[in-house]
Amino acid sequence: MPDAIPVDSVGIVAPHIAQFETPLTLSCGQDLPAYQLVYETYGTLNSNASNAILICHALSGDHHAAGYHAMSDKKPGWWDSAIGPGKAIDTERFFVISLNNLGGCSGSTGPTSINPETGDIWGENFPIVTVQDWVESQARLADRLGIQTFAAIVGGSLGGMQVLEWSIRFPTRLKAAVIIASAPNLSTQNIAFNEVARQSIRRDPEFHDGRYLNKQSVPTNGLGLARMLGHITYLSDDAMGSKFGRQMRHDNYQYNYGIEFEVESYLRYQGEAFTKRFDANTYMLMTKALDYFDPAAETDGDLSAVLSRAQCEFLLVSFTTDWRFAPERSEEIVNALVKAGKHVSYAKIEAAEGHDAFLFPIPRYMTTLNSFLTRIGNRILKEAQ
Amino acid sequence: MRSDLEMIDEWIQPNLRVLDLACGPGELLHHLMNNKQITGYGLEIGPEDLNTCIEKGIPVLEQNIDEGLQNFEDHSFDLVLMTHALQQFRRPDLLIDEMLRIGKECIITFPNFGHWRSRLHLALKGRMPVSDFLPYNWYDTPNIHFFTFQDFERLCNEKGIKILRWAAVDGHLRDHWWIRTMPNMFSETAIFHITR
Repeated sequence: MPDAIPVDSVGIVAPHIAQFETPLTLSCGQDLPAYQLVYETYGTLNSNASNAILICHALSGDHHAAGYHAMSDKKPGWWDSAIGPGKAIDTERFFVISLNNLGGCSGSTGPTSINPETGDIWGENFPIVTVQDWVESQARLADRLGIQTFAAIVGGSLGGMQVLEWSIRFPTRLKAAVIIASAPNLSTQNIAFNEVARQSIRRDPEFHDGRYLNKQSVPTNGLGLARMLGHITYLSDDAMGSKFGRQMRHDNYQYNYGIEFEVESYLRYQGEAFTKRFDANTYMLMTKALDYFDPAAETDGDLSAVLSRAQCEFLLVSFTTDWRFAPERSEEIVNALVKAGKHVSYAKIEAAEGHDAFLFPIPRYMTTLNSFLTRIGNRILKEAQ
Repeated sequence: MRSDLEMIDEWIQPNLRVLDLACGPGELLHHLMNNKQITGYGLEIGPEDLNTCIEKGIPVLEQNIDEGLQNFEDHSFDLVLMTHALQQFRRPDLLIDEMLRIGKECIITFPNFGHWRSRLHLALKGRMPVSDFLPYNWYDTPNIHFFTFQDFERLCNEKGIKILRWAAVDGHLRDHWWIRTMPNMFSETAIFHITR
């Protein structure tokens, strides 16, 4: 809880809701007749609507990227370290939009919403949405807010995939793409991790074929387990080692299955805390969106061919200890962009935090982001003159 | 701009696709992008240089050249540049091969260790030369290979590499007749434009 709002914070913010009545045809073939998106904005949109930055969230993120909802909040938004006045994504200069994606569980239409056709909770019947569907819905939100062209679209991990999709799908609607700790598609190992996460949810007796909310229950064990697994893959071996090592709960081994090592306690806590804020169906759906993402599929696996459509400038960032989305995966995108002759810069940031590093205010990372966006901002000002 | 960079500038045609290896803060690329409409990328590993390039809008990729350049396709660039860096890499001979695989042509500049002052320094003092141009001690220098104008020329001949043109200049970019006549003795910087 902040005693006072820090000067470099966007302060107290409130989410907005945008309702859409035009049906959205999803990748799976199903139509979503109507839906809502919840979003927040920070900073001020300039008179020609040229200073907007869209933030795309990752697996478990939401629209609350920066600032506080109330003075009683324990923590600010998930990317507060990067978004605010004078920060890497400078809200004195840019108008920042952050939304909760379709299929989410933080206010946008998703598995926890009511299906208007049946009057029942969607649950597992909510259609599986893809990165393409998200980008389509984000473009509609941009239309609604009067933004034809984004100064930049920024995202880490699954968020980076959305940025990549934007650059291909709507090449003229963004000046710059910032793709952080991401990949052009999931590796087999990543898909395998996702499958274990989904199975742990589905095999929880409280899952009830996805209709747990109707039964007033929650598959906390399965969802918690999925999160524990995910959490391990977001950290590096070194980061976990330096945080917990072999620290023990008791002075001696207990020779039972209770908590012996601190890392066990930490993981259980992380798993449990997650079940209180996240919906199991949404989690499964997000992992499917990750699995399906593969923009090069339409050009027979040739990523540079599909990226030849892009017109924006690119910044790619990876982190040395990230093994979930290793630097080599970012470099695949970089190499494809080079082959396609696109304007791209790439920074591989030394960081101990593993995949999670993209959420940390690592000085060189923040400087890189800021340098890139500052120049984009200047370029837009120049073009307006 | 550094003197050897000005020299190279005269040799570079407009509208080329250029790869600048160890581009530093991107002076040359910046100049070429703005004045000759070239497109291209710099490769660099120094965080400050990388950031300077990003600030200036020069496409720059963080990549350790000693770990290989396999990610670049054959003849995917018109020109591959390397200014004052060849002496810093593990295997300059293999690197030159790679540069000529990726680029149709290459321009390489390096400090000529055969310069009379280096020779004199070593001959008279019996110690490795430290000069304004190579201001390092033997133990902390990033320059791990010392070679001369002639050494480079010989390597090109051995490898069947064509020397399209060369220049040999002193620290002030002066191109005196005596440097032309005896580049190995009088040039501080050697500049080679090569192809296969």
